Amino acid sequence: MDIWSFITNPFVSISQLINNVITSILTSLGVPADITRIVVFLIMAIITITILLLLAPGMMMYMTWLERKLVARMQDRLGPNRVGPFGLLQPIADMIKFLTKEDIVPEGVDGPVHLLAPIVVVIPVILSFAVIQFGVGLGAVDLNLALLYLVALGSVATIGVFMAGFGSHNKFALIGGMRAAAQIISYEIPQVLALSIPVLLAGSISLTGIVQAQSGLFGLGWFIFYIPVGPIAFLVYLIAATAEVNRVPFDLPEAESELVAGYHTEYSGMKFGLFYLAEFLNTFLISAIAATVFFGGWQGPFVAQVPVLGIVYFFGKTILLITVQLWFRGTLPRIRVDQLMNFGWKRLVPISLALVLFTAATLWAYRFVMLALKSLGG
Amino acid sequence: MNIPSVVAQLVFFLVALLTLISGFLTVTFRNVFHAGLALVGTFFGVAALYLMLEAEFLAVVQVLIYIGAIAVLILFAIMLTRGLMQSETSNINKQWAWAALAIAVLFLGMFLIILQVPWVHSGGAIYRDIVPFLGTQLLTTYLLPFEVVSVLLLAALVGAFIIARE
Repeated sequence: MDIWSFITNPFVSISQLINNVITSILTSLGVPADITRIVVFLIMAIITITILLLLAPGMMMYMTWLERKLVARMQDRLGPNRVGPFGLLQPIADMIKFLTKEDIVPEGVDGPVHLLAPIVVVIPVILSFAVIQFGVGLGAVDLNLALLYLVALGSVATIGVFMAGFGSHNKFALIGGMRAAAQIISYEIPQVLALSIPVLLAGSISLTGIVQAQSGLFGLGWFIFYIPVGPIAFLVYLIAATAEVNRVPFDLPEAESELVAGYHTEYSGMKFGLFYLAEFLNTFLISAIAATVFFGGWQGPFVAQVPVLGIVYFFGKTILLITVQLWFRGTLPRIRVDQLMNFGWKRLVPISLALVLFTAATLWAYRFVMLALKSLGG
Repeated sequence: MNIPSVVAQLVFFLVALLTLISGFLTVTFRNVFHAGLALVGTFFGVAALYLMLEAEFLAVVQVLIYIGAIAVLILFAIMLTRGLMQSETSNINKQWAWAALAIAVLFLGMFLIILQVPWVHSGGAIYRDIVPFLGTQLLTTYLLPFEVVSVLLLAALVGAFIIARE
């Protein structure tokens, strides 16, 4: 392995290095080949899972910092600036505070359901990280069903919200849970339809396939540039996904002025922290998905020569999209329930249906013309 | 017997056990909401069994449709219709005898059919890349049923708009 390829692609190189070292150690100890393969696979899997499990809360902690700093600036305040330079250690102090808070469980709650709800909300989000491609060859699993997998996991979180709303035995929590569920179900349809546009364009539902289909034009053949379907599909996705993770302006399920805190009213300590974690990780996730399917994921200029740039491009795009959502939070007022439902069912769903039809028809016509030209030329 | 297949069998028994336990809890819980949640557990178990059969597509679709849509619909209906605090209900009503009879007949019928079917062993010929294959089949061989189902679903969606508008 030469130095240049190590520098330009360090993470993949290190993983191959660890893989080779363990294999050679086990082989020199006289372990049979098939057992060596299993052991190496298990060790690599444990390393990957550990990195993902550290990455997720780490991202979340610094997203809270980013949100507080940005929204503070928008409101002409300074935001956290006491703990560490620029308040950078504030998330760590907050995490320690969350972990040491007393966990108060109200007497009237439905014990097991109340206990399991935050766990059921967090697990699907963390599982979703398994298929995200963070850079060239940097995904835990390259699943050929990745997009479908993400949609399926996104729908599981509804169960957790239901459990929190019902298990709390509190009317605010119940109303919040109902609102959240109705909202998630309604906005799932335009979200999935909008995601099917890149699938149609790429001819693949694997995230790697979709990213590779955007490699044209010097790494800038992103689907967002496929005018007019790309930008419209991206906007529909962004709106529907924001609604699905209950962020402003769609934060009716936890509207402070009406519902105390919605479905997590009766949670305290780390259980509340888990809901918070899930919300921020969901924001990261929808930004990462949008960056992957509309903005080319890790594609960009010079990625073919210097693969490590892919990580910079991916996180750059994702953080930019997160910032857009924080900007929403800083500027938009909360909408009403009837506006929410009308907008979802009467605007977004028809638009996204028409978009799918238009894209499919255009692609078909394009292929037809190409075939005709080819037969004429030949 | 080699180690991977022993592990696979152990995992299978564990998953099957969890599926059966949550299926049993679904019909014995006295709280309807708890029963609904146990049903979610059963669906997850079935999805895990699909995964063990290397049918990833079926597993994902199982989670998406049965948990993401059907179970959510059931829980939603329970939350909309039940009084919150007095949701403990009896599992048995007057029709239990007839229901038990019908279930027994159904179970026996399925049992006999399963015994009689000559199960084909694929002999390792598993489609590794199932999604493109499935997509092609749906748009060529099975185009008509696929389109009929999608028109039905679209009609349901439009019907929901019409009802909501009134």
